[in-house]
Amino acid sequence: MTKKLKLRLFKDKFYFILLLILSLIPIFLFILIIIHIIKKGITVIDWSFLSQLPKPVGEEGGGILNAIVGTILLIILASILTIPIGIVTGIFLYEYSNSKLAYIVRIISEIIQGIPSIVIGILAYIWVVKPMGHFSGLSGGVALALIMLPIVIKTTEEMLKLIPNELKEASLALGTPYYRTIFKVMIPTAISGILTGILTGIARIAGETAPLLFTAFGNPFLNFDIFKPISSLPHIIYLYSISPFEDWNQKAWGASFILLIFVLFLNVLIRILSVKKK
Amino acid sequence: MIDKFFKNILKLFGFIIIFLGLLIFLSLFSSSLPSIKKFGLKFLFLSDWDPVNEVFGGLPFILGTLITSLLAFIISLPFILSVTIILGVYFTEGFIAEILRHIIDLIAAIPSVIIGFWGLFVFVPIVREVELLLGVTPYGVGIITASILLAFMILPYSASIGKDAMRLVPQDLKEAAFSLGATKWEVIKKIMIPYARSGIIAGMFLSLGRALGETMVVTMVIGNKNSIPQSIFEPGNTIASVIANEFAEAITHLHVSSLIYLGLILFLITMLFNIIAKFMLKKFKI
Repeated sequence: MTKKLKLRLFKDKFYFILLLILSLIPIFLFILIIIHIIKKGITVIDWSFLSQLPKPVGEEGGGILNAIVGTILLIILASILTIPIGIVTGIFLYEYSNSKLAYIVRIISEIIQGIPSIVIGILAYIWVVKPMGHFSGLSGGVALALIMLPIVIKTTEEMLKLIPNELKEASLALGTPYYRTIFKVMIPTAISGILTGILTGIARIAGETAPLLFTAFGNPFLNFDIFKPISSLPHIIYLYSISPFEDWNQKAWGASFILLIFVLFLNVLIRILSVKKK
Repeated sequence: MIDKFFKNILKLFGFIIIFLGLLIFLSLFSSSLPSIKKFGLKFLFLSDWDPVNEVFGGLPFILGTLITSLLAFIISLPFILSVTIILGVYFTEGFIAEILRHIIDLIAAIPSVIIGFWGLFVFVPIVREVELLLGVTPYGVGIITASILLAFMILPYSASIGKDAMRLVPQDLKEAAFSLGATKWEVIKKIMIPYARSGIIAGMFLSLGRALGETMVVTMVIGNKNSIPQSIFEPGNTIASVIANEFAEAITHLHVSSLIYLGLILFLITMLFNIIAKFMLKKFKI
């Protein structure tokens, strides 16, 4: 072997090992963070942590029931606001795929998807908090809905596109009216894909904190009224982690654990569902 | 009859989304109007931020945002390229490839407040130790801390698009190079990367867009200091973090309006980055 060839072969091996090591660093960091959260969080969690409200500072015990309930309420609220509009808009994009209107709608949907979450919070503040005069769960729901909407629109359109044209044509050829074809043939065929899209949206909004800071705002009491401020898991993590109280910091680890497990579970579920589709 | 009605309903929803887009822009613009009227475009170059005397200038935050994001991007770059090549060339199928790909994608799924929390309690003390060794003021929190965590968070966006672009390189191109005696690394460097270039760069713009707008991690570890940072080891503030910190407590009309003005600027900057990314992806047709 000539010296030059040896050098080239050495370079080939060298770069492979270098790239592999560099790629493993973020993966290692990911595992490190997950393990840290689980280790710290699991010691905090017991039944009272899940079933009780926060106690005043200095008192032992108490839990984060308000935040768990708040997060569930906010997710339901955002889903109610998003799913109908998202699915119908998705159908529109599919049906008028090549029209100018659809082109503009697609661009706007992409722009909305790119808006930083803190700016989404400002928008919900302008639209809901300012007219109402106070913070509320509703405004938090609106903020989260705006984040979720483009995801639902996009997946609905893409899932409908995946359906073979023959299916639609067969239904139309039988004289089925167009709207019935959509609701009785197209949507049921695409439903699992659309549900995956909705889950993706929920996984995305479950951990959002920034848009809730000045909309849902947080609330130390149990609250089911969406017109009042409402707590949430990500918000309580933020609040407790920057607080000087040791006990609150501990609770933040517990809340992080629950939120992390929930979000990772959703993500794994989405992946399993979409692998099945293929 | 019903069909026509149904189709009109569909169109109506298209118009609703367009209306929503206009509403977003107009709401931001009209709410920042008091500040725009008072400071105009000079807002971008004024460096004082004094809520008590009602003097507002956005320069420290705009600079803070650009510096943190750019630094995060530079730190992230070697890792982005490595993951792109490893997943796009070496591990394209099989169990290990799938596991690696899913883990990289899952990085984007961790809620940013959790990364911020971990950063505050685990990473900041480490940075403080390093800063002591380096002989700079050991704040722990600061621009460099925020940038490193951001670099980790923005990695999946460009890595996943870059990997797709690498996998799309035509087989015959690669085989032609191999048959001429090129090593794998030479094929990657001279054939695959140039071919997949626009896809890789598009992913990088998406990552940068994420970095610009990321709020919680930055708010928690950047130190929140409202002046132009003198070095990357100092605390600073970004547009997103100053809004997160001050919006709920802002009392005066002008203060709120100036924060929304900053939000509008952030919106426009990220939109620009996302449009560039989209444009480059169209060219590449992924």
